[in-house]
Amino acid sequence: MTAALDVRGLKTHFFTRGGVVKAVDGVDLSIQRGRVLGLVGESGSGKSVTGLSILGLIDLPGRIVEGSVRLDGQELVGLDRDAARRVRGRKIAMIFQDPMMTLNPVLRVGTQMSMALRAHEAISSDTVRQRSLAALGTVGLPAPEQCLAAYPHQLSGGMRQRVAIAIALLHSPSVIVADEPTTALDVSIQSQILQEMQRLCDQTGVALVWITHDLAVVSSLAHDIAVMYAGRIVESGPAEDVLAEPRHPYTRGLLDSVPGEAKPGEKLAQIPGSIPALIDLPPGCAFRARCGRADRACETMPEIVDLGGNRSARCVHPLEAA
Amino acid sequence: MLGFLIQRLLQAAAVMVVISVLVFCGVFAIGNPIDVLISPDATQEIRLDTIRRYGFDQPLWRQYLNFANTLIHGDFGRSFVFNMPVLDLILSRLPATLELTLAAVIGATVLGVPLGMYAGYRPNAAGSRAIMGLSVLGFSVPTFWVGLLLIMFFAVELQWLPAGGRGDTVEVFGIQWSVLTWNGWSHLALPALTLSLFRMALMIRMARAGMREAMLSDYVRFARAQGLSDGKVIFGHVLKNISIPLVTIFGLELAATLAFAVVTETIFSWPGLGKLIIDSIQSLDRPVMVAYLMLVAFLFIMINFAVDVAYAALDPRVRSGHA
Repeated sequence: MTAALDVRGLKTHFFTRGGVVKAVDGVDLSIQRGRVLGLVGESGSGKSVTGLSILGLIDLPGRIVEGSVRLDGQELVGLDRDAARRVRGRKIAMIFQDPMMTLNPVLRVGTQMSMALRAHEAISSDTVRQRSLAALGTVGLPAPEQCLAAYPHQLSGGMRQRVAIAIALLHSPSVIVADEPTTALDVSIQSQILQEMQRLCDQTGVALVWITHDLAVVSSLAHDIAVMYAGRIVESGPAEDVLAEPRHPYTRGLLDSVPGEAKPGEKLAQIPGSIPALIDLPPGCAFRARCGRADRACETMPEIVDLGGNRSARCVHPLEAA
Repeated sequence: MLGFLIQRLLQAAAVMVVISVLVFCGVFAIGNPIDVLISPDATQEIRLDTIRRYGFDQPLWRQYLNFANTLIHGDFGRSFVFNMPVLDLILSRLPATLELTLAAVIGATVLGVPLGMYAGYRPNAAGSRAIMGLSVLGFSVPTFWVGLLLIMFFAVELQWLPAGGRGDTVEVFGIQWSVLTWNGWSHLALPALTLSLFRMALMIRMARAGMREAMLSDYVRFARAQGLSDGKVIFGHVLKNISIPLVTIFGLELAATLAFAVVTETIFSWPGLGKLIIDSIQSLDRPVMVAYLMLVAFLFIMINFAVDVAYAALDPRVRSGHA
């Protein structure tokens, strides 16, 4: 069975005056229909750029320098502008972090949905209306009719994000890339949206790439996890296994930083140092300056090690399985 | 919406009252119109009689009340110099200024906005750099100098266009318009171009800034992720968003150009309001000055009002009193 989305050796570099920023430097991802992949990492790890690269939305001075993105078997890298445009929104969709900003403030929801629909299909206003209402119903909005006539500022944050998801679903895409779509929402709305997304994946078979820095969100939603650091995937595998038993020191550090089990007054665990600048990254493992296990062997870039059980890590000294 | 309208109208009325006081006192403070009104060798008797006739012997507050009283009846008084009702005098000059201003500001907008949008859409293209160079030029070169240069080039050297005056006019609804004749347009072209250069530079800058900001915004990214072509993103999503600051500039510039096209009108001897006000200041023609300044205030108020209504039409957040 071909994967809904298969990313191989993706490299997206930004050519700035200060030097080449290797925001994404060799990323492999694969996801089947109906599954959820959590793409986890700190700010600046390249997870958002990976998402934008998959959709071909990288603007100058950045560009995809290498790699392949296959959507249902179709190669997307190297498509001309118009062909790429015809894929976007129809076969693969994307939703963004801040629902306050992703909807156009001066246009009615209905107008925005109609534009999204007509970008790919020449259809009558009646059909536009029906399909918009259907999509709004699918994401669990209580009064789709009113919603269609509303301006974004008249809706709450959660409703706005639902509208954005409805727009993403309009053409029944194979894959949705969601870039931190619940980060800006409060916790109760967050869990509602997560449930909704889970249901949608089961029902429609859409594959979901869920970009986030929030491990709690991933643990409740994702089937698989890929952890990104400095433009590379450092660990991947089934979500449960990775979260229960991380093998890469960075994943371990991330999990330890979750203040879930800390006692009040006790100092919170953190990873020493910060993510390195991506300009002129020194050779070797990018995490080695912050890693307690690093030695001379880490000065050459470690290969991805297959750890069995569908798991892999990019580490010379992976943590032992318990 | 109705409440909004009534509130704005009351505000406008209050502003007009304050303006009338300020303008009246301000004009009162300069010069002595008697010296202009009668010949220097007039007898003391004639002199006193004239002072009495114009009410200059009254205290300032009574003079103002008299003025306000006639004003309420729609009478701005008579011009000392032209000896005709001030309102008629101003209205006879208004169309000339109006068509010059509209031609300049609309022309600047129609040209400047698309150029600015292109420069914002492709900031690194050679064309965009040329456009931005043009806008810097438009900002920094003084209007009078551009006017003189245009006259020298197109009127004196090439002799394509006339150097001044208004040309043939056609009467419509009792008002003389030169935009309806070819000859009128040829007279209008140079002064309108002179006036529009600065405004166009402003429009280019505003449109470019708006465009650049919008192209980086999340809603544009989301629209592109939906597979909309750049054209649809720009004209469907961006244009309405960036119109709001552009409408503001349009309104302000329209009002400012109407009121203060003085220099350009003088250079091209365009028989508009600007020339009238300069002449009346020189001859201390108080009623004309007062009426002109009040007209300018009125125009500003009306145009700002129209801009506010345009905001409400463009931005739903303003409509619901949200922003």
